[in-house]
Amino acid sequence: MSVDAATVRRIARLSRIALPEQDVPVMQAEINAILGFVEQLGEVNVDGVEPMTSVTPMALKMRDDVVTDGEKAGKVTANAPQSEDHYFLVPKVVE
Amino acid sequence: MTDLTQLTLTEARKGLAGKQFTAVELAEAHLVAIEAARALNAYVLETPDQALAMAKAADARLARGEAGRLEGIPIGVKDLFATEGVRTTASSRILGNFVPTYESTVTSQLWRDGAVMLGKLNNDEFAMGSSNETSAFGPVVNPILPANWSAEKARAALAGDKKGLLVPGGSSGGSSAAVAAHLCLGATATDTGGSIRQPAAFTGTVGIKPTYGRCSRWGIVAFASSLDQAGPIAKTVRDCAALMTSMAGHDPKDSTSVDRPVPDFEAAIGRSVAGKTIGIPKEYRVEGMPAEIEALWKKGADMLRAAGARIVDVSLPHTKYALPAYYIVAPAEASSNLARYDGVRYGLRVPGKDITDLYEQTRAQGFGREVKRRIMIGTYVLSAGYYDAYYLRAQKIRTLIKKDFEDVYASGVDAILTPATPSAAFGIAEMADADPVQMYLNDIFTVTVNMAGLPGLALPGGTDAAGLPLGLQLIGRPFDEETLFSLGAVIEEQAGRVTAARWW
Repeated sequence: MSVDAATVRRIARLSRIALPEQDVPVMQAEINAILGFVEQLGEVNVDGVEPMTSVTPMALKMRDDVVTDGEKAGKVTANAPQSEDHYFLVPKVVE
Repeated sequence: MTDLTQLTLTEARKGLAGKQFTAVELAEAHLVAIEAARALNAYVLETPDQALAMAKAADARLARGEAGRLEGIPIGVKDLFATEGVRTTASSRILGNFVPTYESTVTSQLWRDGAVMLGKLNNDEFAMGSSNETSAFGPVVNPILPANWSAEKARAALAGDKKGLLVPGGSSGGSSAAVAAHLCLGATATDTGGSIRQPAAFTGTVGIKPTYGRCSRWGIVAFASSLDQAGPIAKTVRDCAALMTSMAGHDPKDSTSVDRPVPDFEAAIGRSVAGKTIGIPKEYRVEGMPAEIEALWKKGADMLRAAGARIVDVSLPHTKYALPAYYIVAPAEASSNLARYDGVRYGLRVPGKDITDLYEQTRAQGFGREVKRRIMIGTYVLSAGYYDAYYLRAQKIRTLIKKDFEDVYASGVDAILTPATPSAAFGIAEMADADPVQMYLNDIFTVTVNMAGLPGLALPGGTDAAGLPLGLQLIGRPFDEETLFSLGAVIEEQAGRVTAARWW
C-alpha cells in the first residue's frame, strides 16, 4: 500500500502539523518507504490470534476514589507560554 | 591523586567509604572533565551548583554513617527524565525551556539513595533515533576513535564538522558517550526499541533494559508507552546492577509498574552460571551479517560454555516481523502521546491566525523531521479504514513474537544470547542520505525484546579488527534480570572492558 500526495496532506492535517507544499514529495517518499517495509506483515497468518493489549499479564490496580492531588494551579500553568490568573490563553475559539 | 573519573562506580563507592576522597572531590573531578569534553556534546545542561550541593550533603551523610547505596556517586540524567527545577527538553525545540515542577520517580529514587546529579544528557529528539543525530542540540560524538584515526585527526574533525567521527548510538547517545568518556560514573537512559542497548554496544559500555514494568515511567517524557522502559548505562555489569537496584520498584503513579519486590541485583554478580541453559536463536543469523559479528556471537557462547552453561539452538520464528510491527506500534503510540505538545500548556508557541493554525505552526516548527514523520505514520495507521490492516495486525503479530519467547523459555532455556547490533558504530552524517528504514535496521536485534516486554542486557563482547567495540545481548525471562547480571559478569570477566583513551 502507498499514499499519494493528497493523503500526505490529509495526514499532516490530522496530525496538526503544517506541511509546506515543497515538503510533501519528500515526506510522501519516506512514508511510502516505511509502508513498503511493513508490507511483509501481510504474510503472517494471524487468524485466531488475540491482539496484544498488555505485555505483562496484570490486572490494573484500583485506588481509593479520593482526591489525591490539586490546589496547585500556579505549578500547572508555570510553563505556559501565555497565561493569566492561572488560565491558559488561546486565540479566540468561539465567535 | 589518581584521576577519579577513571574509577568505576563500584571503585568510587569503596573509595568514598574508605575516606580516600570526598564526594565533593569526586563531583569536582567530573565537572572538570565535563567542561573539557564540551565538544563531544554529551551534556545539554550542566548542573554544577546542584552537583556540589548534593555532594556536600552526601559527604555529611557519609560522615554520619548514614550513606545510601549510591551515596556521593555522580551520575548523568538523560534529558527525557523530568527533574524538578532543572530544564527538561527531550532534546526537542518544542519543549523549549520547560522546567518541570516535579521529579521523575526513577531519578527521585536515585537521589533518595545518595546519587549526585551532574547534568542532563543529550539524546535523539523524543528518543526517536539510533545515532543521536535527531537531537535539537546536535549530534553527540562517540569517544571511541574511528578505525585508523589518530588523535590529531579526531581533534581536527571535532573542531570542524565532526564528519567521520563515530556516533554513540541512540537514542541514549549522551548517556553512552558520557559513561564511555568518563564524564559520569553511570547514567540514566530509556529504551523503546533498543535505545539503551545499541548505544551501549557502540561505546563499549554496559546497559540494561529491564522487564517492562520494573521501573516507573512516571515523569519520563513518553514516546511509546507500551514499550518505553528506563534503565541504566554504566562502565561495568556490577555498576549497572547497582544503579538498577535503585531505579526499580513499584510506583502507584504508574499503573503499569509492577508491584513485586526488587532484589539486590548486585548479589547476582559472581553467582555460578553452571547448568544454565542458553539459547542461540537461528533467526538472528541475518543475511549480510558481518563475519566479525558472527565470530563475536560464537565467542560469547564459548565464554558461557566455559563457565559451565549449556548452549542450545532455539527458534524464534517471528523475529523478522518484529521490526516492521514495531514501526507501526511505536509511531501509533507516539502520535497519541505527542498530541499534548500544542503550544498552549508548555513549551514552544508559534502564533497562528486561529487555534488550529497555532497548533499546526507550533508543531511544524517545534518538532524535527524524524518526529514529524513518525507522528504522521502513527496518525495514518490509526486512522479510519487503516486501523485493522495496520495497527490491529501489528498487535496480533506482537502476541506471536511474545509467544515465540514463551515457548523457548518453557522448553527450559534460561536466557538467550544474540549480538546487540548488526554492526559496529558508524560515522556521523554517514546515514544522512539513506532511507529511514536503513537507520531502523540498527534495532533489528533489540526491538524484539521491547515487543515482548522482556529484560535485555547489552555488554561489550570484544572489538572488531579496527578496535571498535562490539556488543553482545542477553535476553532473559520476565523479571529475571538477575540471571542476566550473572551471565553478563561471566562474559565481562573473560572479554574484559573496552575503554576510550582521552583524545578530545
